[in-house]
Amino acid sequence: MKHTLQQVFHSGKFVIGFVIFVALMLIVIIYPLIITDAPLTIIAQGTFFKPGIYVNVYDSMNAPKYTLLLEDADAKRIASRLTPEDRQAMKEWLIAIGIPDNAIDIEDTAQLLGLWETHFDPKMQIAGMTNAKRNYYIRLNTSLEGLLATEGAIIAAKNADTGALEEKGNVGQSEFVNVTQVANVRVLPLGTDNFGRDVLTQLVTATRVSLQIGFIAGLIATLVGLTLGLLAGYVGGWVDDIIMFVTNLFTVIPGFVLLILISFSIGQERRGATTVAVVIGFTSWVWTTRAVRAQVISLRNRDHVNLSKLSGHSLVHIILNDILPYIASYVVMAMILQISSGILAEAGLSILGLGPRTTDVPTLGLMMNWAMIYQAHVLGKWWAYLPVLITIALITFSMNLMNTGLDQVFNPALRD
Amino acid sequence: MGKILLEVRELTTKYVTRFREDVYAVDHVSLQVEEGKALGIAGESGCGKSTLALSLMGYYFAPLHYISGDIIVDGRNITGMDPDTVRKAVLGRDVAYIPQAAMNALNPTQKVINFIEDVIKVHDLGADKKEIYERARILFETVGLPESVLHKYPVELSGGMKQRTVIAIAVLLSPKVLIADEPSSALDVTSQKMVIKMLMRLMEDGLIGSLIFITHELPLLYNVTDDIMVMYAGQIVEKGTAREIVFDPLHPYAKGLMGSIIVPEEGVRDVKLTAIPGAPPNLKKPPSGCRFAERCKYVQPLCKVTSVGFKELDNGRTYRCIFSEAELREAYQNG
Amino acid sequence: MAEEKQVCLSGKGLTKVFGFGRQRTLAVDHVDFSFYEGEIVSIVGESGSGKTTLAKMLLGLINPTEGEIAFQGQVRDISSQKKRKEYWKNIQAIFQDPFSSYNIFNKIDAVLLDCIHMRGGRNLPHEKKVELMTEACGFVNLKFAELTNKYPFELSGGQMQRLMIARIFLLKPKVLLADEPTSMIDACSRATILDMLMDLRREIGMTLIFITHDIGLAYFVSDSVYIMEHGKIVEHGSADEVILNPKEVYTRRLINDVPKIYEEWDLSTV
Ligand SMILES: Nc1ncnc2c1ncn2[C@@H]1O[C@H](COP(=O)(O)OP(=O)(O)OP(=O)(O)O)[C@@H](O)[C@H]1O
Ligand SMILES: Nc1ncnc2c1ncn2[C@@H]1O[C@H](COP(=O)(O)OP(=O)(O)OP(=O)(O)O)[C@@H](O)[C@H]1O
Ligand SMILES: [Mg+2]
Ligand SMILES: [Mg+2]
Repeated sequence: MKHTLQQVFHSGKFVIGFVIFVALMLIVIIYPLIITDAPLTIIAQGTFFKPGIYVNVYDSMNAPKYTLLLEDADAKRIASRLTPEDRQAMKEWLIAIGIPDNAIDIEDTAQLLGLWETHFDPKMQIAGMTNAKRNYYIRLNTSLEGLLATEGAIIAAKNADTGALEEKGNVGQSEFVNVTQVANVRVLPLGTDNFGRDVLTQLVTATRVSLQIGFIAGLIATLVGLTLGLLAGYVGGWVDDIIMFVTNLFTVIPGFVLLILISFSIGQERRGATTVAVVIGFTSWVWTTRAVRAQVISLRNRDHVNLSKLSGHSLVHIILNDILPYIASYVVMAMILQISSGILAEAGLSILGLGPRTTDVPTLGLMMNWAMIYQAHVLGKWWAYLPVLITIALITFSMNLMNTGLDQVFNPALRD
Repeated sequence: MGKILLEVRELTTKYVTRFREDVYAVDHVSLQVEEGKALGIAGESGCGKSTLALSLMGYYFAPLHYISGDIIVDGRNITGMDPDTVRKAVLGRDVAYIPQAAMNALNPTQKVINFIEDVIKVHDLGADKKEIYERARILFETVGLPESVLHKYPVELSGGMKQRTVIAIAVLLSPKVLIADEPSSALDVTSQKMVIKMLMRLMEDGLIGSLIFITHELPLLYNVTDDIMVMYAGQIVEKGTAREIVFDPLHPYAKGLMGSIIVPEEGVRDVKLTAIPGAPPNLKKPPSGCRFAERCKYVQPLCKVTSVGFKELDNGRTYRCIFSEAELREAYQNG
Repeated sequence: MAEEKQVCLSGKGLTKVFGFGRQRTLAVDHVDFSFYEGEIVSIVGESGSGKTTLAKMLLGLINPTEGEIAFQGQVRDISSQKKRKEYWKNIQAIFQDPFSSYNIFNKIDAVLLDCIHMRGGRNLPHEKKVELMTEACGFVNLKFAELTNKYPFELSGGQMQRLMIARIFLLKPKVLLADEPTSMIDACSRATILDMLMDLRREIGMTLIFITHDIGLAYFVSDSVYIMEHGKIVEHGSADEVILNPKEVYTRRLINDVPKIYEEWDLSTV
């Protein structure tokens, strides 16, 4: 059987799936060691902060300053404040007050700003301009003031005695701080969600919890399915009839509908992650039972089983020794699929609001649910749902790859 | 002498296993098949009969690899040809092959007529459904299969019927050489006889030019073929007419095979079967001397070291042994 | 002559029906037979004539639909696992396909150890067990030392079938049912297997029931022959009687169908 193991790792598909899966597992294990925040703590005031590096402004004022003379610093600064749309809008305003079209070059920042500074008057009424538009120009003007100025910003503090502002320091335009010297920097690679919680920390925990749910569900489904399948297939007779009757009942009621009904009747408060996993497990054993039964039926008339009977072995011995090893690879494959479909089932339930209660731990499904309720997809806050989707896809993809890889090894007919 | 349809010269092929070991399963094999003649290949399990059959088609795919030798089909050397041409232009038309256990490999979801359509499509014959059907019907009629078989799925056919259907599909394009690898070994005696009868009929009607028949059953070969080659551990050890090989084998291995023949005829019950002790050599590391030396009753020290070439008798019969014909006959006389 | 011999295994009105409705097959159809102690009996018939089904009923692996089987003069009772185990000490089998007769996950030793245990040798010291296994392997010309710790699929078909015979050697049953033991192995190993079966029978004096579709083989090995056609026994008698002077057309056809070398093999009869 050592060869089989070798073979498994010769299968490209299995290896790719395995690598993806192991990488996910490593992240799930290592990440919490580095970022120790509880996944559901609210760190941000406000919703949906963009992914990025958040540098504390107050701390950076006190951090050591370095002067770097970078040529494109001004250009970048202006560009970050003056978007092409703003430039176009400025041009429109200038034309509206009678500056000739050809005198304005929106690419020439200095000239544009010069014209603007000399001509813009917030009080001027231009015919046909809405109030909103006028307010926009006023806002734009405020943000442009001092854009070309070379002096820095003054830091002032209120004198406790006099109540007057006193200059405490001056921040020049070419002064920099070193991020590593700023006391508080927070990297939010995936930003924050609607409640202001770190999405990545949440995602890692959610992945762990979802995998646990998948494993528990898959294990239960496989164990129940295997036991019933073995009994039905090998013992046959009325045992088979009863088991097949139950199995058929479960087959005609779609598993997911059953799952929804059970989850609903348990009630939000009593639905922990484990409960959900168990419920998923007990509603999805049906097809494992059917598949195992079919395999066992084809095995039970094999000569080696007959020989084992003739050697006086008991029913249990025969099932464990002469049947189970032959279907073991198949069962492992079925279990992998059960795990990945368990994860999907949890996600499905949670999206419908029937997942685990929302106060303990996040799951991939719950994250999707939150993102949906707070309309992340409408608002274009992709970081709240896209990474979750990708994680779900990666998990199921890697498991299915491992599954087909194993299939190729165990089923010589599919080997290439 | 008739036209030579297939000539093979010193063909050598090998398997490369998953663990990168070479298995020389066909080692310098030469043979000739004449028009209208049947050639039999006998030998025990694992001696390379199926590999030889596969190698004869000139179409190699992993793990089987071509090493050296020539295959000349009806005057055309196909060893240098590109595999795709071989597959399209040679297989099925010039050389048709019925693999061992082919009848159990039929796709259970297809009807017999679909297999026939497939064959015609692979060879770009461009016939329409009606033409194909007509052709299949006529073929089935000539080989004595009921037309209804065309509409059946493989599971609906008995073993013998399935095997005959497989043969009918294989001879659809009237190949010059048909290679049948143990076509009747899994069948009971009655179905076996029907298969054999069908093959004989195909030869008589000229639907196949010649036949290569592979089996380990000597009585069967004796009844079907004109010439027999005995194969041992990847090599040919004796070649002669069917009568010579069965009644007057020269090579000690062929002699041993003869000892295992059982037929329901008077006197058989008193014959003591002679079994050949031991097992054939490992083809990954074949012995340098005579490959049969380990198991041979008449082994000499020399046998194990010198490689043995063919000896040819006057009547064209060849065998691979260090002993001369007279020495062998004498040894057999003394038991 | 028959009066002197003890009936070992007999059946009366034995019938097996598979399936029902349109699927219904009458695999074995009211057959009667008596096999005598120490005899070699062949059951011959074409594919699907019910030979294997009959054998499985005799072995107690499937239940007859109708009829009864008597073992050593008494109606067989295998209603509990204990009684079955007792019965299987007396009747054993070798199956057609050596490749599927072994559990490929168990080592070869396990197969032989099972037999020693079944004969009540569970508590023997290890050396004694090895000695027994070595003796059994020696009987079929295999070296136990080379086999131990190997898996069945590492053997050739012929070796596997010989190991099956070694198994019987250890079990020493009263009756051995051999269901086409040589049809899946090549003609060269066949002689070896047959020789060994005959030696074994002489050694432990058992009744051998030999199932085959090759009437030549049946003639070669057996004392008496039963011919089966479509689940019925159509002819039976001593081997010489049946094969040299067949009464039934069906028997004649079976004989005709075996390829001959000394006589003409008449292809026109099929
Ligand atoms: N795919 C393979 N890879 C490596 N070795 C192989 C492969 N197939 C067959 N062999 C080896 O090549 C040798 C010849 O095999 P082959 O199947 O040609 O024998 P055969 O004479 O047809 O036997 P049989 O009567 O059992 O069909 C055997 O020793 C076998 O182990
Ligand atoms: N488990 C089963 N269920 C249904 N039908 C069966 C079963 N086993 C055997 N049969 C049918 O019973 C008939 C007799 O089968 P059996 O296997 O006894 O024949 P056999 O003489 O042993 O044939 P062979 O030479 O092919 O082994 C066949 O028609 C077969 O299809
Ligand atoms: Mg072969
Ligand atoms: Mg059978």
